[in-house]
Amino acid sequence: MTTAAMAGEQTDKAKPATMAQALGRALRDSMAEDPTVHVLGEDVGTLGGVFRITDGLAKEFGDDRCTDTPLAEAGILGAAVGMAMYGLRPVVEMQFDAFAYPAFEQLISHVAKMRNRTGGAMPLPITVRVPYGGGIGGVEHHSDSSEAYYMATPGLHVVTPATVDDAYGLLRASIASDDPVIFLEPKRLYWSKAAWSPDAPVEVEPIGRAVVRRPGRSATLITYGPSLPVCLEAAEAAVEEGWDLEVVDLRSLVPFDDETVAASVRRTGRAVVVHESSGFGGPGGEIAARVTERCFHHLEAPVLRVAGFDIPYPPPMLERHHLPGVDRVLDAVARLQWEAES
Amino acid sequence: MTVQELPGAAAYRPTPPPAWKPLTDPAPLLPDPEPYRVLGTDAVADADPELLLRLYAELVRGRRYNAQATALTKQGRLAVYPSSTGQEACEIAAALVLEERDWLFPSYRDTLAAVARGLDPVEALTLLRGDWHTGYDPREHRIAPLCTPLATQLPHAVGLAHAARLKGDDVVALAMVGDGGTSEGDFHEALNFAAVWRAPVVFLVQNNGFAISVPLAKQTAAPSLAHKAVGYGMPGRLVDGNDVAAVHQVLGEAVARARAGGGPTLVEAVTYRMDAHTNADDATRYRGESEVEAWRAHDPIQLLERELTARGLLGEDGIEEARAAAERMAAGLREQMNADPVLDPMDLFAHVYAEQTAQLREQAARLRVELDAEQGQDGTSGAGDGR
Repeated sequence: MTTAAMAGEQTDKAKPATMAQALGRALRDSMAEDPTVHVLGEDVGTLGGVFRITDGLAKEFGDDRCTDTPLAEAGILGAAVGMAMYGLRPVVEMQFDAFAYPAFEQLISHVAKMRNRTGGAMPLPITVRVPYGGGIGGVEHHSDSSEAYYMATPGLHVVTPATVDDAYGLLRASIASDDPVIFLEPKRLYWSKAAWSPDAPVEVEPIGRAVVRRPGRSATLITYGPSLPVCLEAAEAAVEEGWDLEVVDLRSLVPFDDETVAASVRRTGRAVVVHESSGFGGPGGEIAARVTERCFHHLEAPVLRVAGFDIPYPPPMLERHHLPGVDRVLDAVARLQWEAES
Repeated sequence: MTVQELPGAAAYRPTPPPAWKPLTDPAPLLPDPEPYRVLGTDAVADADPELLLRLYAELVRGRRYNAQATALTKQGRLAVYPSSTGQEACEIAAALVLEERDWLFPSYRDTLAAVARGLDPVEALTLLRGDWHTGYDPREHRIAPLCTPLATQLPHAVGLAHAARLKGDDVVALAMVGDGGTSEGDFHEALNFAAVWRAPVVFLVQNNGFAISVPLAKQTAAPSLAHKAVGYGMPGRLVDGNDVAAVHQVLGEAVARARAGGGPTLVEAVTYRMDAHTNADDATRYRGESEVEAWRAHDPIQLLERELTARGLLGEDGIEEARAAAERMAAGLREQMNADPVLDPMDLFAHVYAEQTAQLREQAARLRVELDAEQGQDGTSGAGDGR
């Protein structure tokens, strides 16, 4: 089933207004369509999740399909492995980014490798939902951006939506995938309305494809998840300065869409990678290297990175200084030193 | 403990926390103080002679398998082999107690259990030879991959058993772990999940005395590993792990209980690893010969052989027959393992994702070029033909 068709099924109900609602709808529709889809995690049942993403699922599908588990992330993911071995499609909720770390051994040693270890005999269709990133005023251990750890583990897909439509379409596609998917939910976009997402397409590109959210000619901003609205805002602000910025939303970090990214940078000749996780050893380094390898002769300037500082995530009263905002993106764009419109 | 009354405390009437009541009665969950035994006791009268003879043949075959695999490491045919010599009773009982529809979750030392369950002896050694990780289809044999990280397969057993029950299948999962593995967090999480979900799982701890070199007393301060069950709300059973009839009976009761919806059981089998941890380990650094000798006198095969002989169920002919069958298995294994495996390097990219990513396709193409160049140089396809 295509994601477009899946999106079409929701015509009987009002279109989700927020990302949180879209995610909830995606879970509900997946469970209704496929009886092997099971949701499990801490607080996902009666409470509906601390972010209410799973609200109503236990009521509609029963405790066996949407299960409140003991508070143990390794146990939750480990049990999901066994459930997948028996033919179910578990969707696991890790309540906050930094709470997923106890489950890393299960993730790296088993979830990512089971297909490989068994010569393809035992794929694990597990979706791990991880609310990630900062900007919501969370105290420590509630705002990490862990995507680099996941990206560095072969066998996992790493997906992160930035729009309401993508939240729905990509989660449906992740649950339908026969491979394990780390589904990173930018929690500061949970309650943002669809409004900032300019003409979000109803038809959602499948996992592994980046999209150009705003066409432009003078430089490419390469970004994903929580930094997409920042980049779109920066691009609008840059118009006044005579800069026409293209904004590429990666949507999927693994697989990585070299084609769309390289095509954009070849057109514009300049690139800035923007994300809020730390820069050193972060996704931006990998992305900049890939762009340089493919576009070196088209580049008019080095590929720059705008990232969070190389510090543990700061306390909430200081986080605005850490998170890359519009001004920091515009500063980087200025450092590209192009001759406008030449 | 006495609490000293504070001045004026008489006016204060402390009450217990409002909602407190015990969730589970601990008394029926407690293990017996001594490991349960069958051989050489009155309990043996209830044992099925045919089953005992089958267990005997499997023990003899298993001992020979361990010896042959160890020899193969010395010949460089296996990268490593963690022998279960001395622990065969646990391995064989675990395999034979399960129905075909049940699942076995072995650790890296439990090759023998997988073979006794019917896995091809060569396929079972794929991991240890090093030609791939898991050499069999787990679904076909209902044997999970041999698990190297400690205790991480236990939550898988719980999840699988839980899923089976949700689907209405009366499938039981039996998960094996060593004494060292009981210290891992995954052991705790698995037992806790199993008990809360009343999942049809049996946990078999083979307490063989050492986690590589660390003795049990440095591993736990619990009265026994079986006692840990009580804290999770499941029964703990303590059994002589060298008494194959006892292990089979205790595991059989646990499996039956799980199948009937009674929930999980933790079984601790007290046994001993006669060989070193692996061929790379020097056991003389951490244990004395007298200790090993004491366990040699409690050998699982000898215990059963004496019982069967005394009861007139086994004679010289029967013993010879079991040994001959084991020799035939060993000869077949030797022969098959002496052939070089034919490997295809392109398989490196075949099983990472359902559909190869563009990045992996690029890397596969690069390796293809390297392989073709190699082939051009020496005129052979020494690295496999890749098609």
